[in-house]
Amino acid sequence: MGRRYAHHQAYGVVVFALVDANNAYVSFERCFRPELRGRPIVVLSSNDGACIARSDEAKALGVGMAQPWFEVRHLARSAGLVALSANMELYGEMSSRLMSVISRFAPVAVPYSIDECFLEFEGVSGDLVSIGRALRETVLREIGVPTSVGFGPTKTLAKLANHIAKSAARKPGSYPTALSHVCHLGLMSATELDGTFGATDIGEVWGIGRRISARLQAGGVRTVRQFVRSDPATIRRNYSVVLEKTLLELRGIPCMTLDEAPAPRQQIMVSRSFGTAVTTLDGIIEAVSEFASRGAEKLRQQGSVADAVTLFFTTSPFRTKDAQHSPSVTIALSQATSDTRVIVGASVAAVRRLYRPGYRYAKAGVMMVNLRPAGSEQVPLDLFSQTQSASNGQDEVRGGRLMEAMDLLNQRFGRDAVRLGSQAVASGAASGHVWSGKQDRRSPRYTTRLDEILRVRC
Amino acid sequence: MLCGAYTVRMSSPESLPNGAQVGSASGASTRLSSRTRVAAGFGSPAEDATVHRIDLNEALIDHPDATFIARADGDAMRGAGIDSGDVLLVDRARTPMHGNLVLAVVHGEIICRRLYSLNGQTRLDAASIGASSVQITEEAPLEVWGVVTHIIKHTV
Repeated sequence: MGRRYAHHQAYGVVVFALVDANNAYVSFERCFRPELRGRPIVVLSSNDGACIARSDEAKALGVGMAQPWFEVRHLARSAGLVALSANMELYGEMSSRLMSVISRFAPVAVPYSIDECFLEFEGVSGDLVSIGRALRETVLREIGVPTSVGFGPTKTLAKLANHIAKSAARKPGSYPTALSHVCHLGLMSATELDGTFGATDIGEVWGIGRRISARLQAGGVRTVRQFVRSDPATIRRNYSVVLEKTLLELRGIPCMTLDEAPAPRQQIMVSRSFGTAVTTLDGIIEAVSEFASRGAEKLRQQGSVADAVTLFFTTSPFRTKDAQHSPSVTIALSQATSDTRVIVGASVAAVRRLYRPGYRYAKAGVMMVNLRPAGSEQVPLDLFSQTQSASNGQDEVRGGRLMEAMDLLNQRFGRDAVRLGSQAVASGAASGHVWSGKQDRRSPRYTTRLDEILRVRC
Repeated sequence: MLCGAYTVRMSSPESLPNGAQVGSASGASTRLSSRTRVAAGFGSPAEDATVHRIDLNEALIDHPDATFIARADGDAMRGAGIDSGDVLLVDRARTPMHGNLVLAVVHGEIICRRLYSLNGQTRLDAASIGASSVQITEEAPLEVWGVVTHIIKHTV
């Protein structure tokens, strides 16, 4: 990869694109439920009732990312806010369709998260903006999901272009309307680009989160324009090599591999193509276990937990003589976690269900999905069902003891003397519980369960 | 005329011994391996021939990424051969044409109807007595969700 970037100017320009689904989870739901269009919708994580996705209308009502449901539930009555339980199985399957359609439009496609995909156009002649528009149209027609496309000479610029494409469409006046939905930063003159950078907050740049943003702002760097004019060596010294690379990428110098790149806020993906094809179940299990445990490690490193895991493995689509098999699945975890045992356990169990003998698998990947800061989530003590970390009996023993203690206390001091913390907080003062079930408001799994397919009125 | 046992099993070109010939002009016998392809009146040797059992996914579905499965609920399309409970294969990548059975979004609901689109008039027709058509106008434009390509009926 370094080799290629060192000579990028000699051998012809590579243009990157970042394509993503707008409000992916909400859009996946709306595909099968057109009555949800135009309405404020939130998708709630199944274990702790946080808003992990919001429609534009819900954002306009002021619902914040990861905001607990109990804080916004009043909007259900006052503004028609609709809450849906996360349907990870559906979203994962729709995501695989999305990636498959997107990848038709460029020689190289690299899925980055459940709803984002990088494309690389090297030596592709033709109007890329038109290709971007055709891609949007095709995805909307074939899958029913709206997307945004950003182009740039580096991945960081492509991601920024994607953000601009969205803002231009959603917030009239933020950027020229010509940049709506599809934005190509590589086509701008130096003046235009400078103007665009001047109108963009540094917090919108890939990899610049709240903490770094606050530090930069304290140092007087508020816009992308100011950041781009900073001295790279100083940035490296005061912050990190990664931030320096971000700066160089914003200047149009590709120098970041996806491995070094910042993890998406909502997902962490670990995947690799195999040197030689893997044909055995054990081989896939070994690879997937390694990726799952690396993903769990990244989770812990960044202080996050995940509430679902998507995994896939696939034969090589380039080896057309090979029989093709590309299974993938998204597994919701009963509890948000960064525990390697739970994540590896769930992944391996899924591989056993999906693997078929006789195929030459060329690539596998594991993705941690729906991340949030560890410790911020309500951790429901999953007292009543098997936890997924069945590797030792301790969790179950502990669970059993807790149950006993709870029962004893409730018997002695009256019903509901002791309740789950999440129940107490959610209900506020004294009213009844609010967030009861994990699957209360989940839509059907339209594409993975035959008994839950779309019903159409005849 | 060939003698000796030979198998008709075909194999991919890589596994063929180079220059394997059968029944040469001189009539000399030639060793036949079980993987030698027989090049005499049994079909073109150029045929690539790994044989697979028929797979309904491959056979019935042209656009896998854009094909969804739905269940018919109601009797308004019995005249078109769709009974309540039938499974429908729906392709969103196909361009809807006059006469197609389609899923369409009408007043926020997904319904199944037959598309009529001729001479500037567009409507969605039901297929049973008493069921009314949905007129398509500028205020209520046509939105096709997908084209029904196959109807699958349970018989046992």
